[in-house]
Amino acid sequence: MDLGQAISQKKAAILGKWFRLIMDTYPLDASGFLGREKDRFANPVGYTISREIEVLYDELLQDMDSEKLAASLDSIIRIRSVQDYPPSEAVSFVFLLKKAIREELGDDISDNQAYADLLAFEARIDKLALLALDIYTKCREKIHQIRLNEVKTETERAFRLLEITRRMHDVPDAEEHPGDGENLSP
Amino acid sequence: MPEEKLKPEEILDISYTPPQKDWIKPDVKFKKGSFGYAAQGKHLKYLDLPNPRDWRPQEDDWQLPEDWENIIVKGIKERLGKNRAFQLFLDVCVRCGACADKCHFFIGSGDPKNMPVMRTELLRSVYRKNFTMAGKILGKLAGARDLSVDVIKEWYYYFYQCTECRRCSVFCPYGIDTCEITMMGRELLSLIGINANWVTEPVANCFRTGNHLGVPPHAFKTSIDSALEDIEDVTGIKVDAPINKKGAEILFITPSADYFALPHWYTLMGYLMLFHEIGLDYTWSAYASEGGNFGFFQSAEMAKRLNAKIYAEAKRLGVKWILGGECGHMWRVIHQYMDTYNGPADFMEEPVSPITGTKFENARSTKMVHICEFTADLIHNNKLKLDPSRNDKWRLTFHDSCNTSRGMGLLEEPRYVINNTCNNFFEMPDNTIRERTFCCGSGAGLGSDENMEMRLRGGFPRANAVRYVHEEHGVNLLSCICAIDRATLPPLLEYWVPEVQVSGVHELVGNALVMKGEKERTTDLRGEPLNGKEGQEDV
Repeated sequence: MDLGQAISQKKAAILGKWFRLIMDTYPLDASGFLGREKDRFANPVGYTISREIEVLYDELLQDMDSEKLAASLDSIIRIRSVQDYPPSEAVSFVFLLKKAIREELGDDISDNQAYADLLAFEARIDKLALLALDIYTKCREKIHQIRLNEVKTETERAFRLLEITRRMHDVPDAEEHPGDGENLSP
Repeated sequence: MPEEKLKPEEILDISYTPPQKDWIKPDVKFKKGSFGYAAQGKHLKYLDLPNPRDWRPQEDDWQLPEDWENIIVKGIKERLGKNRAFQLFLDVCVRCGACADKCHFFIGSGDPKNMPVMRTELLRSVYRKNFTMAGKILGKLAGARDLSVDVIKEWYYYFYQCTECRRCSVFCPYGIDTCEITMMGRELLSLIGINANWVTEPVANCFRTGNHLGVPPHAFKTSIDSALEDIEDVTGIKVDAPINKKGAEILFITPSADYFALPHWYTLMGYLMLFHEIGLDYTWSAYASEGGNFGFFQSAEMAKRLNAKIYAEAKRLGVKWILGGECGHMWRVIHQYMDTYNGPADFMEEPVSPITGTKFENARSTKMVHICEFTADLIHNNKLKLDPSRNDKWRLTFHDSCNTSRGMGLLEEPRYVINNTCNNFFEMPDNTIRERTFCCGSGAGLGSDENMEMRLRGGFPRANAVRYVHEEHGVNLLSCICAIDRATLPPLLEYWVPEVQVSGVHELVGNALVMKGEKERTTDLRGEPLNGKEGQEDV
């Protein structure tokens, strides 16, 4: 048995199962809509996950192009990074591919003793998971950076207001009058 | 509900499927990044609001007043009596689900309680228990539940996860306006001292200084003067900006962010240049220095109190009518509530453009005209000389702000202005614009930095459509006519589509406007070189 060929031939079934397993990570009342609605604008979460896992699937079977893998992972993880998941669950969808493959091809693998092939393929999925971890971290850093920028903007605004008030009341500027600041200190 | 700490045996309990929950049982975890801070006691005191104290949503004790249950039930009863829409919306829903998948927070998060129908059930269930026979007798079987502290916590969490954008109401066959439910929910919470700081602090500021940012009159003038200097740098023209000028024909009102934040600043420059060019007899007010109305996000009474100052100032200054800038909820308040709150404004005249003679009959009652209507009319009557090529660096799309599109039907005018001031305009997909526009995800008091994760979640459907036109057409600018949009879309896009910037529509007008006596422009209003003029900006 050529496991790679089997995974390729059963692409529709395995991909479908992987997608449904990912949808099941959402609450029951939402997973139906996220999995069913095909319009990319009405359901950007479901559409993005569906589109990008196919890219990941194809790359796992082919060259493992790191740029393509990273771009597809980014599209999914960018979403899951702001959803209500702890880090482990945000990237857990990668490992669900293992589950999908075992459920779809388990008997074939067992009958053909193709465990070595399975381990080799799962090692590729593990690499994907490590890449996912990097991307998740970058997304979270970005969120914190954006928040930090917001705080900075608010602070700058407050300082600008203070500066205008200072000028209106002719309070000397510390840089223009070095030493004055000491006198103003409590 | 303090921040969760995992027990050792729970650490490896990684879940692939979330546990099934019964919606009727309140269950909220206040996770950092997904809720706004509570209003500080000092702001409540300033506004004479009940139960002023400092408290934190993530802590167990919310320090509610002793008789809080009675206050809530009495509050519901009072509102059912004086607001027929509230009663109707609670009774008429058949749970058809048409609204369920239309909320940007549900689409972005997958949290079932963000389905508008479910968000309403959070309040409707308490209504059933206390005000309907079926609910009193059958309880849970009839979808009724008791009031509890956890129900109140759930209300705070989810009623501040609604941006009152009203997209769901477009799809409801009964026309149920979930925004009204959110407004009632927030009013009820406010009765027992539960308010969001991002709402209450701006309201208190507005009371004190006339605007949300707390800018006092002298700083307001300095800020406007600073914009005039920037205009002179770009155009070589000295522009005047009258403030508190009694007897002016028109009072101009705009959100305070326009004169104190970026990228709003360039829109402000656009207004000032336009008014100068057409010789408008108008005035700013240093006292009604805010178009926005954060009171609207707290209670009808607070919205009325803030709205009143605009009309009081119009009366004091003796203007004939009011021109309003690019704001979102200011226009919903004016268009749908002002007449009931503080109208009729019969001390003013029906607005007529002094330049074109056009009567704005739609504003006969409120006497307030949207600047996009005003400018579109100027363009339509060939009163402006425009050079759209000055905006050629932009390939832009337009975000219909929820309140101006769904709240007042202002759909064509901004597009008309854009199409006359820009050469490269591309619409986003049909189901994401006009009446079906997706919210920025940060309106109605949700725009605080501590709520960033929730904002990025709720804004994803909007950003997703922006990303599409960026990829398809190379769009690099998202234009809009709302100050909250201008403040909150930049961080949203920085996360989802960092290649796209944000502007107001009158920034584009200011760029394209060919002014009498202006010097050859080498930069746009942002101080960036115009196409083909690179390297000349410092000359």
